[in-house]
Parts: sequence; C-alpha cells; structure tokens
Amino acid sequence: MRGLLIDFDPQARYRLDGRVALRPEPFGALAYHYGDRRLTFLRSALLAEVVRDLGSHPSVDAALEAVVPEAQRPAYRHALEALARSGLIREC
Amino acid sequence: MSADAHPRLADQLKGGLGAPICLTWELTYGCNLSCIHCLSSSGRRDPRELSTAEAMAVFDELHDLQVFYVNIGGGEPTIRADFYELVDYSVSRGVGVKFSTNGTTISPERARRLAGSDHVDVQVSLDGADAATNDAVRGAGSYAAARRAMDHLAAAGFGAFKISVVFTRANAGQLDELEALAAGYGAELRLTRLRPSGRGARSWAALHPTRDQQIALYHWLRDRPAVLTGDSFFHLSALGESLPGLNLCGAGRVVCLVDPVGDVYACPFVVHPRFRAGSVRDPGGFTRIWRRSGLFVELRQPSSAGACAVCGSYDACQGGCMAAKFFTGLPLDGPDPECVEGHGEAMLASLPAGPVPSPGAGHSAPVSFGGRRR
Ligand code: SF4
Ligand code: SF4
Repeated sequence: MRGLLIDFDPQARYRLDGRVALRPEPFGALAYHYGDRRLTFLRSALLAEVVRDLGSHPSVDAALEAVVPEAQRPAYRHALEALARSGLIREC
Repeated sequence: MSADAHPRLADQLKGGLGAPICLTWELTYGCNLSCIHCLSSSGRRDPRELSTAEAMAVFDELHDLQVFYVNIGGGEPTIRADFYELVDYSVSRGVGVKFSTNGTTISPERARRLAGSDHVDVQVSLDGADAATNDAVRGAGSYAAARRAMDHLAAAGFGAFKISVVFTRANAGQLDELEALAAGYGAELRLTRLRPSGRGARSWAALHPTRDQQIALYHWLRDRPAVLTGDSFFHLSALGESLPGLNLCGAGRVVCLVDPVGDVYACPFVVHPRFRAGSVRDPGGFTRIWRRSGLFVELRQPSSAGACAVCGSYDACQGGCMAAKFFTGLPLDGPDPECVEGHGEAMLASLPAGPVPSPGAGHSAPVSFGGRRR
C-alpha cells in the first residue's frame, strides 16, 4: 500500500498535493483528495495554515518554525508525517 | 493527527460546517424502475424539475461554498437529457461527482467515456447477489441490467466503481457473495441501511433486517473496514466497538438533500414538510439555506438523549437514525426502531394507535414499459 515506504524528511520542502482541496471549517479545515476521494480532518486552524503554506517554505521545519510555538513543533511534525504518508502533502 | 487535545470530532460537527460534506442531489424523479424501497418514491418526472440553467447556477453556488463533491441520484439521473452536460459542468467548476444509477443506460460507449474522467465516480445499485433476490425488490430485469453496466465499466477500465447494496432481510445472507462479486469487478462494495422513507415506508416492515442479521452484519463490517457504508449503521455501534465513521446523524449538519424541484431537505431520507429547509429557488439560494434556515439551525443545537438517556450505549449509538424514527412514529429523542437493545421494538409496540407521519406517494407511477413516460 501507498505510504509504507515513504521516508518523511522534515528538512525537505513539501507542498499540498495538487489534487487536494482545503476548506476552512470552525475546527480547522477539511481536506479532500480528488485522486483517492478521501476526506481528512485537520483539527486545528494552525495546522490548516501550516499545510496550506507548506510549499512556500524551504522545508517542513522552516514552515513549523515560522508559525508554530516551539513546544508544539514535535506534535505538528508528527501530524505532517501522517499527512505525508496518506499522500495529502508530498515532497517537491 | 493528534486529535486528543480536541473536543470529540462528532461533537464539533454537530454544530454544523461551512458547507455539507455529504450533499445528495436528486436530479429527477423520473425512473424506468420502481423499486419497492425507493427512498424518493420516484417514477414520474416532475414538470417543475430544475432546468439546466437553474442546475448550473446551483453548481456555481457549490463551487463558491467549496463543496468537494456531490452525490447525484434520482430517480434515475441519467435519463435527464442534460445529465452528462451537468456532470461536465460540475467537474469544470471543481465539484466532483459521484452518481448512482440502476445501470440501464450505461452502454459500452458511455462506460468508456466515464472511464476517461478523473472526477466522476459511478455507483451501480444492486440489492441482491442473484436475480431472484434483487428483482423482487428492484423489478424484473434489473439484475441483468445492473450486471451489464458493471461488465461495461470493468471492460472500459473504469477502475473501482461502487456496487451499492441496501442491506435487507432478503440479502442479509449474501454478504460474502456480494463481496466476491465486487472483488471480481475490482469494484468497491457499499452497504447502506434500509430506512422507512419514500416507498420504503410500506416495504420496511417486511424488508428490514432481523436483530440477528443486524448483529451478524456488525461483526462482518468490523472485520471489513474497507466496505463502504456511508456511516449508515452507526446505531450498531451500541453492540461494542464503534464502526468506522463519524457516528452521528448528520442531517442538516454534514448531510443534506436537494430534490429534483430544488427543495432542500435535511437528509435524503426525510422528504417530508417537517424537514424541508427551503428551496434553491428562494432568494439567497442554497447558500442561505445551509447557513441560516431555521430547520438547519435547529438541527445543529445539542440534542437531548431523551428516552435513550438511560442506555449506556448512547455515546456510541446516538439514538440512531432520525428518519427511521420519524417514519415509524417514534419520538425523535427516542430509540431507533432497530435499536440493538430492543428498546425501539418495545416502544413501537406501545405506541398509541394513530397516524404515523407519511412520506406520501411522491412521484410513484404505475410501471408502464413502452409508454409515453419519459
Ligand atoms: S436505547 Fe437508544 S442509545 Fe441505547 S442502543 Fe437503543 S437506540 Fe441506541
Ligand atoms: S436521518 Fe438517518 S439517514 Fe439521515 S443523516 Fe440522520 S441518521 Fe443518516
């Protein structure tokens, strides 16, 4: 299955997959992947922001440093890793 | 994602969303079949059905609301002469389409064209693993027609289309065969719940699964998280571990229906004045209804557990399906008629005699093959 062999590299630049639409919601955002028709709940506004702007930062870590308080960065890195494995974001 | 620090997702969703996740749009009441459980009592077209231009204006609204996809149904949506024009328009506006069909019109040529589109998903309805079981519900010849459509889709290389089955007393013993059928086509199996809606109000008593069948289904689904259910069976979560899904009644919260004449209802299974929120033809259109209709605002209020409050399973089961309660005459804050604890049956038995809300005859028409009906 997709994802098992993907190495997640927080030093690399990632972006939202081109087939994914993001819609802001009271709890954060909904992401819909038109390729595999899967819906993902991004359960904080900050995570939604990070995902949306990922591509404009040179790396995942840089994207986190820009807006996420230091103490929360490990949790966010973890969340992004899960999103990478599910194909919502990809290295570019 | 680490979700732990947040309130339960289901609780957040109850307050409503910026746009529906599961929007069903029935494009016509016309149908060449007349299934005895049809949730929309379809048969005849309605002269007031939305025109092509009106439908396109609704797609424009859905685009602006960032609705990801619509579930198009009917009736048989493909009998509309502008059906594929509307599908193409929707996709061009960035709104994906999943449409349900009885398969009759899916020719080899049509299947090839469908296979070429990325944003269109097809769901063929089938209610039994053999012609006898299926045709008893969907009408003579309907099994063969659905299988032909599946053959064509598979031959065209469509990929994983969906085979959509309403789980009934008659097909409850055929789950493994249906699973094998889907696997043979490289298709996905989708099982949904029979509700006493539309013509289903009259066939429900005879067709709805028994308690033992429901329990068997629960375990079967627990073992097969890949089988799609559209969150239909969350009332079964009272049996133990939750089934995958949001486990809540999404009516007016994440779910709604646009019917062929543009009326908006809280869910496809509650086509009744009590649950009509407005019309897309009203000023402000669909958007205003979704955001502000009195009905939807009401449905997004925290609901009380009512008679279910005494049950330890309420968190998992949420009291079940609003439509199933409404059309069997049970109170909306009471147990589901198919409550796995048996409370629904008990309450049904003790209901005072009197009228139960009726979905009416709708657009049902006597079957007339070769007639003028279109
Ligand atoms: S009593 Fe209510 S909450 Fe409990 S299982 Fe039955 S329907 Fe569900
Ligand atoms: S009324 Fe029933 S079918 Fe409709 S959204 Fe609620 S649980 Fe689902």
